[in-house]
Formats: sequence, C-alpha cells, structure tokens
Amino acid sequence: MKKIRMRAMGAAGVALALGLSACGGGTSTKTAGGDAGSTTKAEFNAGLTTVFNPSEKKGGIIKFADEAAPDTLDPGETYYGYSWDFVRVYGRSLTMFKPAPGKASAELVPDLAESLGVPSDGGKTWTYKLRKGVKFEDGTDVKAADVKHAVLRSTDKATFPNGPAYFEAMLNLPKGYKGPYKSKGMNTDSAITTPNDSTIVFHLMSPFAGFDYLAQLPQTIPVPEAKDTGAKYKNHVISSGPYMFASYSPDKSYTLKRNPNWDQATDPNRKALPNGYDVQLNVNAEDIDNRLISGDLDVAIAGTGLTAASQSKVLSNPTLKARTDNPTLSRNWYTSINPTVKPLDNIECRKAIEYAMDRTSYQTAYGGAFSGGDLATTIMPPTIPGYQKFDLYPAGADNKGDVTKAKEALTKCGQPNGFATNIAYRNERPKEKATAEAFQQALAKVGIKLTLKGYAKADYFSSYAGNPPYVKANNIGLALNGWGADWPDGFGFLSQIVDSRVIRETGGSSNTSVRIPEVDKLLDKAVNELDAAKRNAMWGQIDKRVMEEAVIYPGVYAKSLLMRGKNLTNVFVNESLGYYDYMALGKP
Amino acid sequence: MSTNTTPKHGDPAVRPGVGGFLQVKDLRVHFPTDDGVVKSVDGLSFNLERGETLGIVGESGSGKSVTSLSIMGLHPAGTAKISGQVVLNGDNLVGASPEHIRKLRGKNMAMIFQDPLSAMHPYYTVGHQIIEAYRVHNSVSKQVARKHAIDMLDRVGIPQPGSRVDEYPHQFSGGMRQRAMIAMALSCDPELLIADEPTTALDVTVQAQILDLIRDLQQEFNSAVIIITHDLGVVAELADDILVMYAGRGVEYATAHEIFTAPQHPYTWGLLGSMPRLDRERTERLRPIQGTPPSLINVPSGCPFHPRCTYAELNGGASETDRPEFVEISPRHFLACHLSERDRQRVWDNDIKPTL
Amino acid sequence: MIAYIIRRLLAAIVLLFVVSIITFSIFFVVPRIAGGTPETLATRYVGRAATAETVHLTAERLGFYDPMTVQYANWAKGIVVGAEYDYGAGVERCPAPCLGYSFITKQPVWPDLLDRAPVTASLAIGASILWLVAGVATGVLSALRRGTIFDRAAMGLALAGVSLPIFFTGLVSLAFFSYTLGWTAPGGQFVPFTENPAQWAYSMILPWITLAFLFSAQYARLTRAGMLETMHEDYIRTARAKGLRERNVVIQHGLRAALTPILTIFGLDIGLLLGGAVLTEKTFSLNGLGKYAVDGIVSQDMPKIMGVTLLAAFFIVIANLIVDLLYAVVDPRVRTQ
Repeated sequence: MKKIRMRAMGAAGVALALGLSACGGGTSTKTAGGDAGSTTKAEFNAGLTTVFNPSEKKGGIIKFADEAAPDTLDPGETYYGYSWDFVRVYGRSLTMFKPAPGKASAELVPDLAESLGVPSDGGKTWTYKLRKGVKFEDGTDVKAADVKHAVLRSTDKATFPNGPAYFEAMLNLPKGYKGPYKSKGMNTDSAITTPNDSTIVFHLMSPFAGFDYLAQLPQTIPVPEAKDTGAKYKNHVISSGPYMFASYSPDKSYTLKRNPNWDQATDPNRKALPNGYDVQLNVNAEDIDNRLISGDLDVAIAGTGLTAASQSKVLSNPTLKARTDNPTLSRNWYTSINPTVKPLDNIECRKAIEYAMDRTSYQTAYGGAFSGGDLATTIMPPTIPGYQKFDLYPAGADNKGDVTKAKEALTKCGQPNGFATNIAYRNERPKEKATAEAFQQALAKVGIKLTLKGYAKADYFSSYAGNPPYVKANNIGLALNGWGADWPDGFGFLSQIVDSRVIRETGGSSNTSVRIPEVDKLLDKAVNELDAAKRNAMWGQIDKRVMEEAVIYPGVYAKSLLMRGKNLTNVFVNESLGYYDYMALGKP
Repeated sequence: MSTNTTPKHGDPAVRPGVGGFLQVKDLRVHFPTDDGVVKSVDGLSFNLERGETLGIVGESGSGKSVTSLSIMGLHPAGTAKISGQVVLNGDNLVGASPEHIRKLRGKNMAMIFQDPLSAMHPYYTVGHQIIEAYRVHNSVSKQVARKHAIDMLDRVGIPQPGSRVDEYPHQFSGGMRQRAMIAMALSCDPELLIADEPTTALDVTVQAQILDLIRDLQQEFNSAVIIITHDLGVVAELADDILVMYAGRGVEYATAHEIFTAPQHPYTWGLLGSMPRLDRERTERLRPIQGTPPSLINVPSGCPFHPRCTYAELNGGASETDRPEFVEISPRHFLACHLSERDRQRVWDNDIKPTL
Repeated sequence: MIAYIIRRLLAAIVLLFVVSIITFSIFFVVPRIAGGTPETLATRYVGRAATAETVHLTAERLGFYDPMTVQYANWAKGIVVGAEYDYGAGVERCPAPCLGYSFITKQPVWPDLLDRAPVTASLAIGASILWLVAGVATGVLSALRRGTIFDRAAMGLALAGVSLPIFFTGLVSLAFFSYTLGWTAPGGQFVPFTENPAQWAYSMILPWITLAFLFSAQYARLTRAGMLETMHEDYIRTARAKGLRERNVVIQHGLRAALTPILTIFGLDIGLLLGGAVLTEKTFSLNGLGKYAVDGIVSQDMPKIMGVTLLAAFFIVIANLIVDLLYAVVDPRVRTQ
C-alpha cells in the first residue's frame, strides 16, 4: 500500500511568508483536552480517545515490521509521517505534539526545549531555551550549537533533497548559503544565533505565528557536527533520546537499545518502557497483517492500516475487530470544481454539482467507511484545531444527493437540462477513477454529462489538472484532488489549497479552483495572529467562505484501520500524527 | 558352448514341436486392441537344434518378428496374450515368470536387430554396452569385462578393437556397427541366437560379410540360429531349414534345398516367382503376388491365403471354410494346403516350374 | 575446447556491454524523446517539498547535465576503475567494480548486490534441486504408469502447481505451516549459510518447497513426455534383450536419453532465477536480487536497475554457456567439432 506522503509548502509558501505583515501578541498553546482516560477492555476504537491497556511496567522488546524501507533514518531529511512518529524514540526536537489520545494531542508541548518558543519582533524572532542535562548517546552534552547545526544541514538540498523545505524558505539565511558542508565557515548568525549553550534564537525573513509547529519537525533534533557524516549519517544516527541504534542493516532491519545517557529527569514526555525495539524491513504486507493478528508482530510501523484482504477477515470476526482502531486522519480526499470552465463560472451550476453528487458513492469508491473515510462536508478534517462542523449543501437524508435542489440550481444558472464537461483523475489511483465514475453516474441523474480523463500522476499538477491554461482549453470542469497537511494546523492544511496566490500559470500547485481575494486576506491575517484561539477560529471562517463559493467538493476525511498488537501496553492513536504513538508503547 | 546329444539334422524322427533344443508348439500370440484382437501368431510350430540355422520367411505382418520377440519374452507385460509352448532346452518359457526369462535373456538366448544405429544406445560407448551385457550375467570386475569386450570385438572382425572399444555407435560404419551388435549379443555365449533382419539396413557388399560372420560364429559356438528375413536370397545362403509364414501361421517348412527346388505351397511359389532375377530379360515385369496381406484382426476364414490363391477353387470350397492342417507330406517337408497331391504336382510341373 | 570457452566468454562480455547500453538508453533516452529535461528527470529523486533550486542541485549531483555518452562513460569507467562519491560531509572512494550509488538511498550498488545475491542464489539453487528431483521422479513414474490413477493424479497436481500463483501458495503456506502449525520459519528470517547452516535451511525450506511446486510441474511433464518417447526406442528393446533388470533399463537407458532437453531447460531456468525470483522473494520477504530490481524499477533508481540487469544478464549468459557445454558432455553425438 502506498505510504501517506506528507505534502509540503513549496516555493509558493515563500511568497506567502514574504507577504505576511507584522503582528504582535503573546502565544497561547493551550487547547482543549485534559487528562486522557484509559481502558483495559478490548473493543473497537478502544485506543482512539483513551489509552488502551495502561501500564508503567518496563521491559520487553517491541517488534515492528515495515512493508518497505524508511525513506531515511536521518532526522534532517525524513519526510514520512510514520518516521516522524518513530524518530522521537531516538531523537528530541525542540517541541512535540502531546503524546495523548484524542484531541489532547493537538497541543504542542516542549521536548528538548524548556518551554514553547518566545516570539519577539512581531513573530519574526523566536527564542527557545534548552533543558539542562540532556546528553547524546556518547555522554556529550547537547548544546544549542547542535540544534543550529541540525537545522542548517537540513537546508543543504544537494545532500538532502528529500526533506521538508520550511526552514530554508523562512530563515534569514545569508545569500548563496549552500549548507554547512559546502559553505563551511560562512557566518549564519542572520538566521540562527546561539548566545549560550542552552539558548537558540531563530530569525525569520517574515513573521510566522505558528513557528512552534516548525520546531516540532525532526529537523530540529540535535546533530553533533563532529560526528556528522552527511549522506551517511543515517547509517548511525547519534541519539539524543531514550534509545540508541544497536544495529542497522539497510533494507533489512534495525534495532535500538537503551541509551544509558538519557536522563528521565530531563524528559517528562517519555516513559521509555521497553528495553529495545526491533524493526524488520521489506516484509510482505499481507504477511505483516497475518503476523500482527497472530501476535508474532507488535506493530505495523507504516501505519497505513490493514490490507484490503485482511480487512474483510478482521471486520467480520468480533474478536479481531475488538483489537482495531479506526482513526480519522488529517487528510481530505476532495474534488476541485473549476470556475474557469464554462458553465461552471456560474455559482449556481457549481452548487448543482454540490447537491447532485452521491456522497456515499464517493465514500465507497475510496474504500468504504472503515478505510475510505468519513463523509466530508467541510474542507478541514475534524482533527484540525479550528474545525467547524457545517453542511452547506445537504445531500438528502440518505446522503445520496438532493436531485430536486440540484435541478433548481441548474435552472437558476440557465442550464435546466444539464451540461457536459470533463473530469480529471490520476491513472495510477484506482480509487480516483472509481470516484470519477461515481460522479459520472450521480450527475447523469440531473443531466450533467461527464467524460472521464485520466492523466499520469507524475505531471498531473504540473501539466494537466493543475495547469490553468490546460484546464481551460480542455474543459476540465472537475479534477480529483486530495490534501494531507504536514502537521494538523489550519496553515498547514489550507494554505496550499485555498490561497489563490499559489496558483501558477505554468502549473504545479494543488489549488486548481480557489481564487477568492477575501480568503487570501483572511489567510494573511491568520498567519500573523499569535493568539492561537483567535487564529484557529479564522481557519474555520476561511473553510466556510471557500465552501460558500462552491469551488471544492469535499469528499471524505481519510481514515485507516489499524490493529493493536496483542501484547502491547499504553496503546493509543496520536491524532496529530495519525498513527499509534510509538514512543508510548510498552511490552512487559 | 557345450554340445549335447540331441537328434541331428536330417533325422527323420525329428518333427516340429517334438523334441529338439528349441521347440515351439502351437504358439499363439494375440494382442487385444480397441479395434479387436490382433492375431499376430496363430498356431505356429517348429523346432531347432544347436548348430542348425532356421530361416523364417514371410511378408511384413506375417508374424515373424512377433514370434522372435515372444521367444525372448520381450513383449511388455499385459500387451500380449501368449499361449502354446516355447521350450528352450527343456524349459517352457510360456507362462514362466518374467524374472526367470530375464535371466535367460542375453545368456542363453540373444537377439540382434535390424538397425544397429537405433538399436544401440547413442550415449554409451560400444565397449560400455558390451561390458554391460556381460556383467549382467557374470560377476566379474570391470577390467575383466573390458578385456572380454575387446576380445569379442576382435572376434567379430573389428580392426583395432583396443581403441574402438571406447568409441560411440555413431562413430562406426554401418557394417562395423552390426558386427559390434553381434559381438554384444554373443558376449555371453548364448545357445540360441535370433537375428531379426540383420542385413536389411546394410549395403549389399556388407551383407555378405555379416552373413559369413554369423555362419562362422555359429560353427565356433555351436549355437542354434534363427534368421528372420523377407529376403529369400539371405536364407538361401545361410539357412539349413526354411519356414514360410503367412498370416501368423506356418504354411510350408522344408530344407532350404527343397524349398528352392520343390516348393509345394502356392504362397511359396509366389515368393519365388516375385524375386527379381539377374538372369532374366530386364524388360520383363516383376510378378508380385496378387492381392494384399490380410488383416490380422479379421483373418480370412478357412485358408488365410485363399483370397489371393489362384488355385483356391480347385478345392471344392474347402479353402473358404476349413483351415488346412500343417502336416508332413514327405520326410521333413510340412505343408498346410488343401490342394491334392495330384493337383499340386500338375500345377508345379506345368505352370510354376517353367517360369522360375 | 578451451578456445571455444574463451570465445564464448568474450562474446558474453560484448553482450553485457550491449545490454548495459540498451538499459541505459531506455532509462535516459526515452524520457528525452518524450520531451524530458534534466530537471524533469531529477524531480523523481527529490521530495515533494523540492524547490526549483533543489531540483537543479539534484540534477547536477546526479550528472544529468552531462551529455548521455559522458554519463554512460562515467558509469562504465566506474566498473573498471572505480569512482568517487561526495556524501556531503566528505568524499568517499568507491573501488572497482563500482556500479554507482543508488539515486534514492545513496548507498553503493555493488555491495548491495553482493549482499543480496546469496539470498537469491540460496533460493534458486535449493528450489531447483528439489524441483529437479521431484519433477523427474514424478515424470518417470507417470510415464511408466501411463494412464493409471497415479499418472492422472500426478499430472493434475502438476497442473495445479503451475497454475496457482506463487503469492497465493506462498501466503497460504506461510499462514498454515508457519503461523498456525509453527513448523516452518515466518517470512523474512533469512540467515546466511556461512553463519548458521541449520538456521539457513530452516528459513528457506518453505520458499524452496513453494517455488519447487511451481516448477516441478514443467519438469514432470517434460520428463514424462521424454520418457514416453525414449521408452519406445529400439535401444530399450536391446537393453531388455540383454537381460538387464527393468529398473536399469528405465534409468540408465530410458531416463538417460530423456534427460538431455531437461538439463538444457534446467540450466536456463536457473540462469533466469538467479536474476531474481521476484514474486517468491516478495511473498517470503526475502531480500534478494528480484526484490532489489523491483524496488529500483518502481522508484526509477537507475544505478540499481543497471546493476541488477547486468548481473542477471551475466547469470543468463553463463548459464547458457554451461548448458551448451553440458550438452556436449551428455550427448556424445554433439561432440564432433
């Protein structure tokens, strides 16, 4: 199965960041959610909002299996969601999402840092103080310079082309800086300063209110410069967390054992229960499921959920179903409705589509209620703080579409008998094709005739569905789409898909249909709002405004079907990460 | 190679199926098939002494090869229903256990085949195959067996036997190959040698050499030899007695001299008449026997030859209804025919003899 | 004979050269023809966050701006002389034969191949011995008992073996024998022979049997057909006429002759299998060459693809040579030059 690849900002984000205006105010990182409850009764979704099988007992080796190999173990370059989950076992970034089930995990808490970042200069400067007594696996102290080096090396895209690109986009790096290897000796104090061994200050080119979210990226995990071997560092990452690498066979397996130099007193977030971890790579996906069920394996690390073959077996067996959790992810599979294509330039014609489509068929096309997703009526999934539940285009009591209302809208837009247009999808994604077909069937009921157009995934956005001239010339009225944020926050979720300024005439952006000046202004305002509650409310506002324009058809909020390992303790889904919290697990 | 005190050639007391080193009595070999029962051999009797050569002559399908395979026990189990008696040196082979017969094969009775290239295994050397034949029946070391193989090759007239023993069948010429096969067959000094069309696949010049070799070896080992052929010229050279077969039965049996000078059966007349002759005018046409060989599933009633016999109507219908008995009409001359002695003599004197 | 072998080996080297050029061309020329640029090529090897600059840097690092002949020459030179690799914090020497560094994992390809070849070799050789013995034995017995229940059952089972996909039989075997009964090892437990022979055999027994099940069908049928043919040959009759035991007739005379085409196919099958038994390796989570090839292809990782292709071609060429030589050993009629 495909891994969930996290989206990233891209060049357009730079433009956005530069367009921000200064803002003041203090930070507030407290969100709703107190202590998580716990349960020992095995039932469906027991690990979703409560901690399943809590325990403080130490011991045991947790066995993981990966159906492929990780993109890399180097925290400076890794860009897979499950890797960001597991990396916390051998690395400590400045901040992290609270390791708690349910909505509690949306809260950012300090990890390597003593407390969350302190902004100044309107959010252009961010200061963190590191905890005292944190050591690397070799006993050396973790210093602010190590964090600085970690962040700087991650900007070397010649050596690390695959990682997130937020820092080099936002930090005020000197001109022509090529990273610490090639630009050794260059003064980088314009971007990051370390006044002393336990203080680190980030200087941005423009204010950014959500910097604590960047601080939780693995790229802030400290890397000692003396032991930095560039592209080979991943072969032995120097640990700053409770565990260190005992062995690493690329493509085969890696194991971790306790880091004797980790001090529990410096780490309120981790309990470090097991004695070690054993991760096997390149194991057949169906085999993983079988072993998970039988208890031979504890965790399927990729976190994409049970394969289709295993799902039917598990869901129909009450004992096995009681061991599963069905989290909603921070990902929306939606469809763009392009107002540049006639007659969709008329909002009523677009509304007709919103009313006519059969929501349940969208869900079925994506794999049904368990592994496809929940019916979506908003752009942001419920996991994003600021999510507001609303439904502007109810599709009938059975959610199969409101034909009457759709026909009304058609009449209003001057197309009482419907019209014809094209719907684009990616050839390599059978679910998208199935959804396009579902659209075809549903809309035919009100006279809207759709022609399917499949394109190669590689150039889908650059040359076809995301290329405005092509869209217009080829009548691409609808385009299958989808978005998953790098972290659950309105900025990460919305900026790339509702900001009109990310749309390029040369193509390449995921936003193909939203061009609302009011929304652009709101986005800018939100990015600068340092009060989290106010900021989150704005994302909700933006969501609603875009939906009012009927330029997006929200399909399903993605879900996955995960299975708890038989012998594990402290199992719960970290909603912000979208997987079981690997750091918290125990196996006494 | 021992001699034994059996009645000698020419002894009037000797009858087919009675006494003798090899006695075949009323042998019947039937093959059940989906189309019916194929009666390949249907009541055959003859006998043979050591030191004597019997030639079995007939068309394709007359049952000559089936007879020899039946004697050797080479029909795969379950394919043939064999009845009658085949007594080799007092030992009845019909109904004996396959294991018993296997032990006799190669040792007491041996066979050489028509095409030596396909009859020898292409992947093993000639020496290996002779050694194999020898070591099945004699537990000796490989070196001793190899020496014996070289000896045998020498005996059959193959030059440089010491080096040729390590060569493969395809490296020999046709005649040499057949000699090698003879060497293999005789490696265990068998008392009975059956040669099934041994020269058919060879050049005429080589044919004569092989026949000479067989005769020489027979005299040396005092073996009984059965030579099966469709070629009368071959049996004229080699055989003491000749058995003419038709449709799975014997129709005439006599000394070679008698068969050629005083044949009594219309089929034999036909065979002799159909031989191409060098001392005749070339413009004369060949005279085949009219008609075609009979089906062995639906053998003609009465005398099986009657549909093709020019003289069948002289017997007042007996040829169509009654099967003629194989009886002795004169000392050591057996015949199965309904023609009266008088009719036979008349036809022979007037119609047949002048044309031969 | 020696001259013949040397000629064949030289021809093999030329062939490997040609294969490498073809693979290289497919990889680089085809996208170029479709209008690709070094940048579009480089976008395969960068993350989703890549800026135009990152793409440019990657294209530079991977040498896409050089003309294709130069790129190929560099790669080929590495095989003979070795190359150097910049891993950011320093430069590393890659000794000959250097098959390049993976575009994705940035690990050198040659050590990867060496690491994986024993896995594939273990799988291929173990399974091939099993299927040869099982297939030939079944074929011989079927031919001797032609038409009986045994014959029909054996050929039916053979048909099942060749029809059932290996990922099905493999997964079912694993689920039953490994996880339910616990008799055999679970997937992905390969231990090198040099480390622990007993454990090695234990981890491979199920993949061997599963793969052999697939192949023995073909060999059973081949042997059966061959035996049916040879057992009707005249030399079989001669062998029996010599008084040989039936067992010796069947094996030394019948089977020996029928074996020639089987050995030919056997050699070719092993040659192919050494290039990677993709489905089996995936099903049993074995890190062999097949899996490596698929990973390379899926992620468009040229050095991996080139490395495996070359190695697989090498095995096939050698297998062909050995089979040809073996033919002369087995069938004396072929030996005359």
